[in-house]
Amino acid sequence: MRIALFVTCLADTMFPEAAKATVRLLERLGHEVVFPEGQTCCGQMHVNTGYLDEALPLVRRHVRTFDPYDVVVAPSGSCVGSVRHQHAMVARRAGDERLASQAEAVSARTYELSELLTDVLGIEDVGAYYPHRVTYHPTCHSLRMLRVGDRPLRLLRRVRGLTLVELPAAEQCCGFGGTFAVKNADTSTAMMADKMRHVLATGADVCTAGDVSCLMHIGGGLSRLRAGVSTVHLAEILASTEAS
Amino acid sequence: MTSTFLGMPATAPRGVGHLRGDQPFPAAARRSLADPQLRRNLRHATTTIRAKSAAVIAEAPDWQQLRDAGAAIKADVMSRLPELLEQLEAAVTRAGGTVHWAADAVEANRIVTELVAGTGSDRVIKVKSMATQEIGLNEALEAAGITPVETDLAELIVQLGDDRPSHILVPAIHRNRAEIREIFLRAMPGVDPALTDDPAALAAAARRYLRQTFLHTPVAISGANFAVAETGTLAVVESEGNGRMCLTLPDTLITVMGIEKVVPTWRDLEVFLQLLPRASTGERMNPYTSMWTGVTPGDGPQQVHLVLLDNGRSAVLADEVGRQVLHCIRCSACLNVCPVYERTGGHAYGSVYPGPIGAVLSPQLTGVADNASLPFASSLCGACFDACPVMINIPELLVHLRAEHVTDRRRPTAESIAMAAAAYTMDHPALYAAAQRAARLGKVVGRRGRGLPPPLSGWTVSRDLPQPPPQTFREWWAEL
Repeated sequence: MRIALFVTCLADTMFPEAAKATVRLLERLGHEVVFPEGQTCCGQMHVNTGYLDEALPLVRRHVRTFDPYDVVVAPSGSCVGSVRHQHAMVARRAGDERLASQAEAVSARTYELSELLTDVLGIEDVGAYYPHRVTYHPTCHSLRMLRVGDRPLRLLRRVRGLTLVELPAAEQCCGFGGTFAVKNADTSTAMMADKMRHVLATGADVCTAGDVSCLMHIGGGLSRLRAGVSTVHLAEILASTEAS
Repeated sequence: MTSTFLGMPATAPRGVGHLRGDQPFPAAARRSLADPQLRRNLRHATTTIRAKSAAVIAEAPDWQQLRDAGAAIKADVMSRLPELLEQLEAAVTRAGGTVHWAADAVEANRIVTELVAGTGSDRVIKVKSMATQEIGLNEALEAAGITPVETDLAELIVQLGDDRPSHILVPAIHRNRAEIREIFLRAMPGVDPALTDDPAALAAAARRYLRQTFLHTPVAISGANFAVAETGTLAVVESEGNGRMCLTLPDTLITVMGIEKVVPTWRDLEVFLQLLPRASTGERMNPYTSMWTGVTPGDGPQQVHLVLLDNGRSAVLADEVGRQVLHCIRCSACLNVCPVYERTGGHAYGSVYPGPIGAVLSPQLTGVADNASLPFASSLCGACFDACPVMINIPELLVHLRAEHVTDRRRPTAESIAMAAAAYTMDHPALYAAAQRAARLGKVVGRRGRGLPPPLSGWTVSRDLPQPPPQTFREWWAEL
């Protein structure tokens, strides 16, 4: 299958390993990955901070960039959530009905990584090997906007060498929330403190999730505490093999 | 041009009531977050109630259909609110009650104060009511020499403690039993000095005090959970029975109700009386459901008044996206699941309406400018939307109000300039790639990102910044 990678601006700029892992994984599974050059950012930060007018050109750019592709994948529940639940709204609010329906068409072909693997490609055992004790944080937008449910867990359970430990109070937000982390830094930190407490209680070496944004937050806190627990995107675990 | 231009409906007036806080949310939250006792109380209370509610919701096989029905009934109500209110007024009047229309808090307070003064009583008993908290009725009564006595146990704790409610359903959720004992010993008339902090003993002390008050007070003030337009019936649901005392013992009963609480038919109650207890207290059925229709000669209050309160609601109704906030049945499920509320408590929100629903209701009632920090007091995690029994899309409303705040703000700010610049950059891939290269010059912000200027220092107070990678993804891709 020919799959267009929507890399997301954060993974592109700060966490390229998650994006490279997505490419390696899909190619290993026998698919062709293409990278549409015109892509930048889906505009979620602008929308969620109230800058809907500023987000409009970004929505237009995203729709134009990905319109030619049959299947689009992103290693992010949050950015796919924005494409699926916000792009048409932004277009409609600006009175651009044509863009809104194009955005809806693109969003219907856009998948978060675990959705693509399990629903579109129909695969749960991706042939990965990752000999670590891992806990999974279901990020809010994967969980509640996309309803990915246990798809990531089904994928993780089939990874050889991996010990999956359940995260207590897993469904509670880690406190990131985009600009929330800066505008309400104290509340965000209090939420993060509880998330870290739960991660540490699992005794895991690695905390994984489907979003580099939430992992940047949790990982930033764990790093500040020198907790010795790393944060790794789901794609990187699924891309790992005995050879790597 | 007509001679009367009605214009946009007014928002809730300033200087009266409790819809505005003294400080923005982040500052108020900082104070609450530093209180370990409060954090413990809140964590314990919200965790308990979440589990209880989840268990009884899981028992209801038609929960989603009930939510759909609740949302549909409320949407119908909002689409023809004026007509339903006039139908309600006619039905209440026919049944022997008197209906008063209050455009705002000032008018509602004046109407109620005059009604109480007209009875000659200098004391009123009160059923727990969000609407009367919203308008600051107790302060208005006290200014007129009338003593209001809250009879809901938690509301009484708040009143005796000279405190503010911090939860819609459990106003004293921020207090534990040791603190409640201290408040009773300090402020409850005739309290036994040997009072312990045993919950049963605390409840018994309140019962003794309130029973005397019920028997000697001829006027009661209530809110209403529902009003049925076709019959003129008002309904109050509660857990203690103290509300029922207030609704049945006095000669005069005055009910203050937000105009959005009307439902078209008696039959509609079957939906809400299933939704409300399971979502709010985690009960299958609420212990006391009191309903009254005007006056029944020789039985219960013989003077029955209904004050219909607008106080900004018509302005909310005029906003097609925002109006869904009027569907709220004040169950407080969104507070109990909110990770922000669980940590900051209700006082941080300033308004009597805290939590996620407060963050979208208060700014709409007052106008966003007066509660500008509230729509941002959320990580948009979406737990509130999942929990809401009438499916109010709170995250959508939060974003809607954030956009309104950004649009209303006339002068550019550091944030708006940065956002515009970021959007421009993101819309020009060459600039975007250049900005990515600049981000790699992370050395300027120091190791682990410490020493960033405000507002970015909000990040580095508690988290390290990731080290910028040697190569972006698109650079790696270009080399393949």
